[in-house]
Amino acid sequence: MLNAMPKIELIVNGRKSETRAQTLAALLDEQELSDAKVATALNGHFVSAAKRGTTPLKAGDSVEIVSARQGG
Amino acid sequence: MSTSQSMNVRDQSLHKEQLLSLYGVSVPSRLLLGTAGYPSPAILADAAKASRASIVTVSLRREAAGGKIGERFLDIIKNLGVRVLPNTAGCRTARDAIATAEMARELFGTDWVKLEVIANDDTLQPDVFGLVEAARILNANGFKVFPYTTEDLSVAERLQQAGCEVIMPWAAPIGSGRGLANVAALKSLRAYFPDAKLIIDAGIGAPSHAAHAMELGYDAVLLNTAVAKAADPVRMAEAFANAIVAGRIGYDAGLMPARDMAVPSTPVAGTPFFDIE
Repeated sequence: MLNAMPKIELIVNGRKSETRAQTLAALLDEQELSDAKVATALNGHFVSAAKRGTTPLKAGDSVEIVSARQGG
Repeated sequence: MSTSQSMNVRDQSLHKEQLLSLYGVSVPSRLLLGTAGYPSPAILADAAKASRASIVTVSLRREAAGGKIGERFLDIIKNLGVRVLPNTAGCRTARDAIATAEMARELFGTDWVKLEVIANDDTLQPDVFGLVEAARILNANGFKVFPYTTEDLSVAERLQQAGCEVIMPWAAPIGSGRGLANVAALKSLRAYFPDAKLIIDAGIGAPSHAAHAMELGYDAVLLNTAVAKAADPVRMAEAFANAIVAGRIGYDAGLMPARDMAVPSTPVAGTPFFDIE
């Protein structure tokens, strides 16, 4: 099924990326980050973990996937 | 009451006075420690313990596909058993800072946020306009905001009006280690906001700088590079812990006023070989 979907071009963490994922949750799955402790934003706005499955992706979207890091 | 009992009571009351309360949470240490730039994760953990810090700052960065970097770091932090204060380091607009704060709240499970909106790459000067805007929105959305700002009085006033109980003026630019660059303004800020929690954030290079900030009546000090980049970060963390305690007790004890002229400390009366007639 997934392979039948057309690929769209996104920006993921600042880099151009092609995906067949139709939702943010599917994109995380594709990136092998479904179970990772990450947080996400779409086009500059936070998307909670609970809403990833119902957040559709379209061509040109910009996705941020972040995790915990050292900070000052 | 014996002398030893009265000493115990006094020690306890001193300890109680020294508890710092931030947004209703009491913490024993007045040092907030950054977690970045240590030679190794083990040295970070040892330095954090030696600092006796109750709060450490953390951040968010992009995770690579299949990445585990974030989880490994989270494990280190969890083992420290301290409260985390996530920052919005590197954000250049209120919008980015707000989205970062929201991501941090979900990831770290805290509504505390060290709000940074940066105006300039060379000075890492806060963009105080974006800062106030982001602070207002985040406070309205249930965050407890710790804004990284300058020593500017009017900006601090706007931050307070935006709902910030804590205000964090810089001592000097981030990572510069120059100490308190504008002591007079920091003194005014303390005098002008007696009830705000004022934390010196950034620019501290030496334990004496931190002690100085505490002697001015600042509630706490946040630092990172001075410990992380010391030749021995663990011992430097201990030095800062002691300096901050010393500075705070000095402030509580009431510093003597400075004088322009010398005043002999040894009694003048009865000085031998002094010709009275």
